[in-house]
Amino acid sequence: MVETVSEPTEAIVRGQARAWLEANWSPELGLVEWRTRLVDSGWGMPSWPSAWHGRGLPAAFDAVVADEMRRVGAVSVARSGVRGLAAATLLEHGGDFHKQKFLRRILTGEDNWCQLFSEPGSGSDLAGALTRAELSEGRWVINGQKVWTTSAHHADWGLLLARTDSNLPKHQGLSYFVLDMRQSGVEVHQLRQMNGHASFNQVFFTDAEAPAQHLVGEVGAGWAVATTTLMHERRGADGMRLWGAASNLKGRIYDEERAEIATVNEPYKWYPQRAGRVDLVLERAKATGAISDPVVRQEIAKLLTLSRTAEWTARRARAAQALGRPPGPEGSLGKLAASHVARAAARVHTLIAGADAMLTGEDGPLSGVIAEILVSVPAVSIAGGTDEIQRNIIAERVLRMPKEPRSDDDRPFRDVPKNRLS
Amino acid sequence: MQFSFTSEQEEFRSVLRRFLQEKSPPSAVRRLMESDAGWERDGWVELNHQLGLTGVHIPEAFGGQGFGFVELGIVLEEMGRALLCAPYFSTTVLAATAIMNAGSKAQQEALLPPIALGEVVATLAFTEPNGRWDAAGIETTASPAGGRFRLDGVKSFVLDGHTADLIVVAARTPGSSGEDRVSLFTTRGDAPGLARRALKVMDPTRKQARLDFNGVEADLLGELGAGAGPLAKTLVQAAACLASEMVGGAERLRVSALDYANLRMQFGRPIASFQSMKHKQADMLVDVELAKSAAYAAASAAAEDDPELPAIASLAKACASDAYLQTAIHTIQIHGGIGFTWDNDTHLWFKRAKSSEVFLGDPALHRERMLQAWGV
Repeated sequence: MVETVSEPTEAIVRGQARAWLEANWSPELGLVEWRTRLVDSGWGMPSWPSAWHGRGLPAAFDAVVADEMRRVGAVSVARSGVRGLAAATLLEHGGDFHKQKFLRRILTGEDNWCQLFSEPGSGSDLAGALTRAELSEGRWVINGQKVWTTSAHHADWGLLLARTDSNLPKHQGLSYFVLDMRQSGVEVHQLRQMNGHASFNQVFFTDAEAPAQHLVGEVGAGWAVATTTLMHERRGADGMRLWGAASNLKGRIYDEERAEIATVNEPYKWYPQRAGRVDLVLERAKATGAISDPVVRQEIAKLLTLSRTAEWTARRARAAQALGRPPGPEGSLGKLAASHVARAAARVHTLIAGADAMLTGEDGPLSGVIAEILVSVPAVSIAGGTDEIQRNIIAERVLRMPKEPRSDDDRPFRDVPKNRLS
Repeated sequence: MQFSFTSEQEEFRSVLRRFLQEKSPPSAVRRLMESDAGWERDGWVELNHQLGLTGVHIPEAFGGQGFGFVELGIVLEEMGRALLCAPYFSTTVLAATAIMNAGSKAQQEALLPPIALGEVVATLAFTEPNGRWDAAGIETTASPAGGRFRLDGVKSFVLDGHTADLIVVAARTPGSSGEDRVSLFTTRGDAPGLARRALKVMDPTRKQARLDFNGVEADLLGELGAGAGPLAKTLVQAAACLASEMVGGAERLRVSALDYANLRMQFGRPIASFQSMKHKQADMLVDVELAKSAAYAAASAAAEDDPELPAIASLAKACASDAYLQTAIHTIQIHGGIGFTWDNDTHLWFKRAKSSEVFLGDPALHRERMLQAWGV
């Protein structure tokens, strides 16, 4: 039973959270066992409605409760990665059926989720999805292919964007589904990248099925629902990558949490190399002697300048936000600046390594770390929105430049020129 | 380090921007750049009477406003945006700062108030025809002469050197070399034995002069033989200030290019709707915002006299130089043929970008200085 809080103050909320934690938290609980208590009490998601595992508190109190949890070392509900995106999307667009069926097991971490948006034929242009969902005898039958699906190989459920009507313009013919990934019509293949890692999957649907009530939102409203998911993805992008700060505390629950984090983080283990490893540049240049080469010194200085100014620009954006000032252009440049930094870093690491830049694995510099930088950096300017799309967004949303005339949104989708699937 | 401006600083900036928009439109810039002096005393007096700008970072005890380098940076950013033709960088940034760094209390009491009041226009003469930006490049000599000194040598690239009332001169004891026994001196612009000639400069909005010293009598500023330190500190602070001025100009160019792209119609639509224009604009925004972050970090470091200031000032000078010139190049390109004409205003900022790129040391020199300051 959730007690109601009238006119909550920080002190009241803090006191209640603390008292509840004192009575309920123990590091010797099982992970799911503890999270079930947390979900039942509403303290796991304090700002969610009390009808759906929350306490209906203003969002400002989330930090207060998180603070109390940190104080005692309590593990939070499972909400990182696609789980969090699924929860936020279903809370906003889902019906009672979806919330009843999915939210609890998202928060307890019992179910894994993946996002089925990108396709081989539609990357930057997500609304060009070709995967079809057709209603047949009260069930949705799905055929097509998705790609870049992180964690699809251990997902229980997928957030699927599929086309339900090709006679409507592209954005209007899309619908949004929750798809059971554990069925024979869904095949998952790992996709090997140029750096040798396999962080993503291809997912093939051959008459895969979803019950009628697994449609989220109205038929044809899929783009609006997907936009919610994407908005939460952008907002949480940094958090998602940083979340895996596993604690080194002792207790059964921490062991289970560490195992969970290791699984979730596995696909991201090369991400530091993807960002260019600016932190290694000076020690590497000193170790190889390249530090005394005036040409290399200039390139190192350019890289460090880029990296420092990108960091200062992010701090300007945060400082403005903290003062409640309207966001300036400095807040929209981070992703593009990060691409510049990574590319410059790869160039400098090559200069420093000299001939050794051709070697990889144990023969390569730093046991292959440098080689991994060189073959991972090309991903930075593509993943999560290419540099070109970032530039369009900056130009059109920040600088208010006019949109380019388009030829794909004023006619039935079937008449829009498309890629051919091989 | 300060990553946001206070409300008072933002208000100061907007007052200043309105004032300079009114006093220094491109028509005024063009009129003054065609003149021999490059500035006019009436406008200078007004600038200081209305806003007290020449004394912005001079302590109140010496007649100034008592603000710091963050406020000075704001002034310079707005002057760079307006391309104000005035001996501000020479007087306030170079000469007043050198006097504050090197001068005794009595010397500061004597020299700073007339500068703060806008009555005296001053400059710092330290570079010579060899084009070096450090004390070691100084060849001009100072010989004792009855309690004063006699200066012999040639200074070049001296900002507003042909019009300054007061000149701070860096010179060395005869027979010395390197940074050893360098001192600062002050002399009047009309001192006997001083021949001044305005140089033909690429950037006509900022005049430079060559000064020939033939036994010019001068007074010692600070301690004899100990001028290299204060001079170096002044040049570091000036590099931070120049970065602020450059980012103001760069932003002005960026916005002018955007305005033009939105107006210019080709193939039946504004050229701003073409991706090639959008991508260029997005890149310009990244360049300018990153350079602004560098300039603000340098101003903040100067205000706090942060030990990292020499590195950050050099970082900002190099970064802002590159961003300003690149933005100027893009702005001409976006304007197309009209951007290459004399009547279009872009070249005025382009030329300031080019001369600022080199003045006080080019980006390569400052990148090297940055690494050395970090002990790399």
